[in-house]
Amino acid sequence: MAAHAPGAGSGSGCSGAGRDTPSAPGAAMADGPVADVLLRRLEAADGGLDSAELAAELGVEHQAVVGAVKSLQALGEIIEAELRSTKRWELTAEGEEIAREGSHEARVFRSVPPEGLAQSELMRLPSGKVGFSKAMSNKWIRVDKSAADGPRVFRVVDSMEDDVQRRLQLVRGGQAEKLAEKERSELRKRKLLTEVTLKTYWVSKGSAFSTSVSKQEAELSPEMISSGSWRDRPFKPYNFSARGVLPDSGHLHPLLKVRTQFRQIFLEMGFTEMPTDNFIESSFWNFDALFQPQQHPARDQHDTFFLQDPAEALQLPMDYVHRVKRTHSQGGYGSQGYKYTWKLDEARKNLLRTHTTAASARALYRLARKKPFTPIKYFSIDRVFRNETLDATHLAEFHQIEGVVADHGLTLGHLMGVLREFFTKLGITQLRFKPAYNPYTEPSMEVFSYHQGLKKWVEVGNSGLFRPEMLLPMGLPENVSVIAWGLSLERPTMIKYGINNIRELVGHKVNLQMVYDSPLCRLDAEPGPPQTQEAA
Amino acid sequence: MPTVSVKRDLLFKALGRTYTDEEFDELCFEFGLELDEITSEKEIISKEQGDKKAEGASDVVLYKIDVPANRYDLLCLEGLVRGLQVFKERIKAPLYKRVMPNGEIQKLIITEETAKIRPYAVAAVLRNIKFTKDRYDSFIELQEKLHQNICRKRALVAIGAHDLDSLSGPFTFTAKRPSDIKFKPLSKTKEYTACELMNIYKTDNHLKHYLHIIENKPLYPVIYDSNGVVLSMPPIINGNHSKITLNTRNVFIECTGTDFTKAKIVLDIIVTMFSEYCENQFTVEAAEVVFPNGKSYTFPELAYRKEMVRADLINKKVGIRETPENLAKLLTRMCLKSEVIGDGNQIEIEIPPTRADIIHACDIVEDAAIAYGYNNIQMTLPKTYTIANQFPLNKLTELLRHDMAAAGFTEALTFALCSQEDIADKLGVDISATKAVHISNPKTAEFQVARTTLLPGLLKTIAANRKMPLPLKLFEISDIVVKDSSRDVGARNYRHLCAVYYNKNPGFEIIHGLLDRIMQLLDVPPGEKKGGYVIKASEVETGGHPAAACGALPLLF
Repeated sequence: MAAHAPGAGSGSGCSGAGRDTPSAPGAAMADGPVADVLLRRLEAADGGLDSAELAAELGVEHQAVVGAVKSLQALGEIIEAELRSTKRWELTAEGEEIAREGSHEARVFRSVPPEGLAQSELMRLPSGKVGFSKAMSNKWIRVDKSAADGPRVFRVVDSMEDDVQRRLQLVRGGQAEKLAEKERSELRKRKLLTEVTLKTYWVSKGSAFSTSVSKQEAELSPEMISSGSWRDRPFKPYNFSARGVLPDSGHLHPLLKVRTQFRQIFLEMGFTEMPTDNFIESSFWNFDALFQPQQHPARDQHDTFFLQDPAEALQLPMDYVHRVKRTHSQGGYGSQGYKYTWKLDEARKNLLRTHTTAASARALYRLARKKPFTPIKYFSIDRVFRNETLDATHLAEFHQIEGVVADHGLTLGHLMGVLREFFTKLGITQLRFKPAYNPYTEPSMEVFSYHQGLKKWVEVGNSGLFRPEMLLPMGLPENVSVIAWGLSLERPTMIKYGINNIRELVGHKVNLQMVYDSPLCRLDAEPGPPQTQEAA
Repeated sequence: MPTVSVKRDLLFKALGRTYTDEEFDELCFEFGLELDEITSEKEIISKEQGDKKAEGASDVVLYKIDVPANRYDLLCLEGLVRGLQVFKERIKAPLYKRVMPNGEIQKLIITEETAKIRPYAVAAVLRNIKFTKDRYDSFIELQEKLHQNICRKRALVAIGAHDLDSLSGPFTFTAKRPSDIKFKPLSKTKEYTACELMNIYKTDNHLKHYLHIIENKPLYPVIYDSNGVVLSMPPIINGNHSKITLNTRNVFIECTGTDFTKAKIVLDIIVTMFSEYCENQFTVEAAEVVFPNGKSYTFPELAYRKEMVRADLINKKVGIRETPENLAKLLTRMCLKSEVIGDGNQIEIEIPPTRADIIHACDIVEDAAIAYGYNNIQMTLPKTYTIANQFPLNKLTELLRHDMAAAGFTEALTFALCSQEDIADKLGVDISATKAVHISNPKTAEFQVARTTLLPGLLKTIAANRKMPLPLKLFEISDIVVKDSSRDVGARNYRHLCAVYYNKNPGFEIIHGLLDRIMQLLDVPPGEKKGGYVIKASEVETGGHPAAACGALPLLF
């Protein structure tokens, strides 16, 4: 299961505080006895004093003195403290032991009696292994391998001088400088000595030196207000360079924040939302009603998810189906048609809708059945599904944004005018239109906008006038034109939030930190922080 | 959208001038094409197989141009050049003519055995053609482009081109048992039976994709000449005997298929494009096809059709005010020869055999708009007055998701498709109990079913975000899908709300509190009273993991 680090709050990764909190190192003692002693010693001292020396004299941890120095520094010009670093030799734990009890080799020597000792027994002594080889190389002992009960160790000399112990004792006494460089480095190699850097403060009186400093308050309390003591108390200054504590909060998903903005734009423009809550669609509504022929590549198994269960649509509006069939196979309504054998079985096949235009077709069919005709503006934003190869910018499902206007006498110029207003609300003002082909719109145009970052024109949407072969079989009046356009929700969102891999945005592999951190979606605003008023 | 690859210098030579890349890109854009990539054979090979393999490959600059899927007349250099030259009024669109041969007409006789497998065939002859290496390559490439697009990977139509001088008509298009078909196919040195060939091509990266079209049929289609020479076994392979070469002067073209209309279009496109290189430019020699019922037809059709469109209709659909004469001129620039007739407002438009995409007046309107220039059209706002309404379910969803975030929960967005396991086994539910909708052709297990609950998506979101500090509080408001025989398609969506609280302690009271909050927001009081709500233990085992607490709630009206 999860190896979670317990954290505070719902992922507000940042912690910080307006004031230095009392838990800062040393601060607890800063206003206590150490600081008082320090100030009194400093008053009497000539010039200044060293923090390490003071700690040694007082018998406290050096860190406690450092804490006192820092807290006094925070009060202003009471003291001045200059950081000094000095290097010093110190014994390691093993070095301490040797200084106390003698080197391993000396201990081995001492444990060998004049009559000798079995080597196996000697090796069992605590200093045996290390001490034996050193004592051998010092020629203090020897081994007799011909002894009856195994090798035996004998003294070679009667007495010896334990130089290692003596040198370590010198270092312990603060006289490391009496050792030769070579001697020190040998002891360091044996891990008996280390060189440590000590950071100490040289403390001297500041311009506002005083021995009586009072404790600074971190917080204003109700008691201080009611007693009025706040007037006389000193307060710690706020630390503005620390980050504040983020509030515990929930977050909306960035893609759906962008969806909200697109809905808002459509609503501002007077567009009514179409119902799109039917992911399962028949091929009829998804393709045939849109005059997309039954051999069209989009109807291939490779591009579309078909259903095994329920495999076929149960009901179709048969009157209308017949008009669609005739238009495909024979033409009509001024069209040549596609001249092929249209099959009802093919139209019945259920699928996961490949575009929301299927829902638009249903909405226009409902509109056509309402007499007399009333002009409409429709929109939808919802999921569509493609059985495509997946990559960093393509998933098997995505959201399609669609706008539709139906009225008498709409023109290509109207379509472009509506698109201009729509994209202006998205903050996109430089538009260009390219002829294109869609099976169900004619004329068709791809919408391009100039991308300042990429320094080129990029496609931002697709649009056109729905074909009469789609509209007339529905029963819409002949002089009614329907303009429509579509784009994906993911692409503008990825550009807006600078996301390169769609999986980080949509689906369970989403990066929740990205969700937590994503800013507001203000599509028409300049990128970057909002303009704030300069303080006068 | 098909992509056509042409040699830049060859293209400029044919266009009679050079362009900078930017200029050519601009011209494409205006005409509805897209200059997709500027590359070379060397670059392509080096990108796909590494620099080593690319050594010695040609570094002639190639333009890769995206062509609209319905413009079969622009799928080769010849067609692109013709289209652009007419558009720029540098040439007039050629008039394609079908001519009868001086001698006997070439005949293709269809026997009735083909009826069940590949019932249609059309044919034509390109007489006295002159190939060069580039022309020949373009000819082969066009067939390939047509096969991939309008021919639907040879399923609807397959094209065969043959050296007529190596054959002797009349030709027979019949169907035989695979074991009875034996011939030497293209680029093989010996004869094979059809059965053997189908086995050999199983490992052929190009041909293996077409085998399924006839593989399981008892009879395979085959075309013979009068001496029993195999021209082709459509839609798989041609015979080696009649292979066309750079020296071929007379080409017999046959198109067989299951879609008669498309077979005729494909033949028209090939002969209109390459009759340019015939001694009598843009003329095509007719061939006769005799159907099993004895009826005989002459191909290619090369039909010119007349359409009448009123000038004010074009102006009204595009949103411009051009004179009928100007509109006729614009259309002529799109290879649609037009003139003003009658009351001076009627435009008569001649649709050439190259423009099978023109099936309605709206297609003519589009061409007028393209020639006028989309970006020259005055943008206007429609006066359509409407009052906006939100879809009630989405309106509630919007309100609720904001309050869910205000309650400290973070919104997830998970997939509507998932594996059977996700909604069944992993939740301890039998798949048959889910009423789930099943997908018939998923490429991976991730797309087996539409979700019947939002819970798996949220749990997977947590699993993918284990590095995040605890607790995780997630919610999603989205649609699930279940079978429902009362709906026309047999399935319907339901909008669900699902929330998960994930921490080291169970925190059931937190998810419970969220539920109470949601009910408060929806104005549903707690309690057994009518219109109130109570919570009961779920009948479904949740696996009893103490650290996970969750709830799923259908939003109902």
